[in-house]
Amino acid sequence: MNSKKIVLVSAAALFFFSTVSFAKPEVIQIKGSDTMVNLGQAWAEEFMNKNPQTSLAVTGGGSGTGIAALINGTTQIAQCSREMKPEEKDEVTKSTGKSVKEIKVALDALAVIVNPGNPVSELSIDQLSAIFTGKVKNWKELGGADAPILVLSRERNSGTHVYFLEHVLRKGNAKGPEEFASSVLMMPSSQAIAQEVLRSRSAIGYLGLGYVTKAHKAIGVKKNAGDPAVSPSIETAQNATYPISRPLYLYIAGEPEGGVKTFIDFVLSPAGQEIVRAMDFVPLTQ
Amino acid sequence: MARKRPHEFLIESAIFAAGGITILFVVLIFIFLLKEGLALFRSVSVFEFLTGKDWYPISHPPKFGALPLILGSVWITVGAIVISVPIGVACAVYIAEVAPKWLGEILKASVEFLAAIPSIVLGFIGLVTLVPLVQKIFNLSTGLTALSGSLMLGFMAMPTIVSIMEDALTAVPRSYREGALALGATRWQAIRKVVLPAASSGVIAAVMLGIGRVIGETMAVMMITGNAARIPNSLLEPVRTMTATIAAEMGEAVQGSAHYASLFAIGIVLFVITFLINLTADFFLHRNK
Repeated sequence: MNSKKIVLVSAAALFFFSTVSFAKPEVIQIKGSDTMVNLGQAWAEEFMNKNPQTSLAVTGGGSGTGIAALINGTTQIAQCSREMKPEEKDEVTKSTGKSVKEIKVALDALAVIVNPGNPVSELSIDQLSAIFTGKVKNWKELGGADAPILVLSRERNSGTHVYFLEHVLRKGNAKGPEEFASSVLMMPSSQAIAQEVLRSRSAIGYLGLGYVTKAHKAIGVKKNAGDPAVSPSIETAQNATYPISRPLYLYIAGEPEGGVKTFIDFVLSPAGQEIVRAMDFVPLTQ
Repeated sequence: MARKRPHEFLIESAIFAAGGITILFVVLIFIFLLKEGLALFRSVSVFEFLTGKDWYPISHPPKFGALPLILGSVWITVGAIVISVPIGVACAVYIAEVAPKWLGEILKASVEFLAAIPSIVLGFIGLVTLVPLVQKIFNLSTGLTALSGSLMLGFMAMPTIVSIMEDALTAVPRSYREGALALGATRWQAIRKVVLPAASSGVIAAVMLGIGRVIGETMAVMMITGNAARIPNSLLEPVRTMTATIAAEMGEAVQGSAHYASLFAIGIVLFVITFLINLTADFFLHRNK
């Protein structure tokens, strides 16, 4: 009965190999904010070292892109540098049947930068608002050289754009009438802003603290005209003295489970928050 | 006529189906564009959309004035054509009429190779070389201007223009040139008064297809034109094109919102413009046949 044996062995082998191939690593998609894409990548690398059975794929595209992907069900985790709007939460619930869970994972201080050759080093929120809405057009009016201000902003698909619009231009009143002037240059990336500010003596732009290099000059920001100017740093963002800092979020549909839960626990753990600090963002204070 | 063999019938139907599917796709794309884009005009009139000067799609209330975007695309395209057509014509005439055969072959292959460089690579090269150069030469506060975009796109339209134009010039019968030369015309006179007019439909088609290439370009333009949605007064100011607007904002637009529809409406405008351009090119290409 040799042939029977062969059949049995091959059936067993087939069963064995098929179970092996079914035990594929779990793949989790993380998508969204360009500000957070490097942070997400750093988390993912460290996490995959510890949990080789889970594989994470991190992509950018903007906070809105991440939210759209969460609505379409093409990502499990959306990274957002702004709070999700109620309409967007409704969309997620409508398409997935689950309510949205928001997890605050870090803080980001937005630095306002100018060319190192620019003598201006302090501005109030009111002055920043006037610059970006186009009411103030020349550095002369702010104590600088007689040169028209070249104003740089991120594109509208960026959470940074929306945050700056609502908290600086509109001074915290999210539905306010202020708008970026039509003459403001919309740059496709934070890197492009960093580069253009180095190139142009009359430029001003804003970006996450992580993008500011020693070559840039970060403006000290005054909450009100009479207040002392505060430079952006991890400390001033954590103790909330720097006025332009914002929370960063992860969004998921429903309660976290499986690999997603392990990942979020890791992000909020001291090891995950240490990565936040290493990536030049601001860790949450526990 | 002999009866068709079965495999011949099969192959013929397969080829017919392939052709038919292409047309079907174009029609479906247009229907999709219309369906998504026309939703905008429930809240905004077509006139407001085409002539409004303010593009604030995520404000409360939003403003969907696409005129700065349309003019941005037009400015850049006109600039690119002014730059690329004279050079393109000269290049094509040189390759087809003047250059020795071996040199012409090398030149044509090189120009066509240009078309193979991905536009994002050209955009990046433009960003680090052309933009600072423009800033320096014109002493501007920024080099991210319509002029930088025009120069870059003129360069990108060149392969299309040269390649099609060279084909048109080569297609002019030899006897035309010989006749002109025999009547005592110089080589320049023969090219200018005989060959170019004879190939005029091909020349115009080449320019039209070049325009089509320029107006649809996205990535390079987004990287080097500054994207400020304001009607430009000169080529030395930043502009925002229709294509860059769609690319930059589509990621953020909430599906089904007026903003989402407005981006498709811009898509319709672009589609209509390129359709008209291609139609004109086609008209001139087939005029003499």
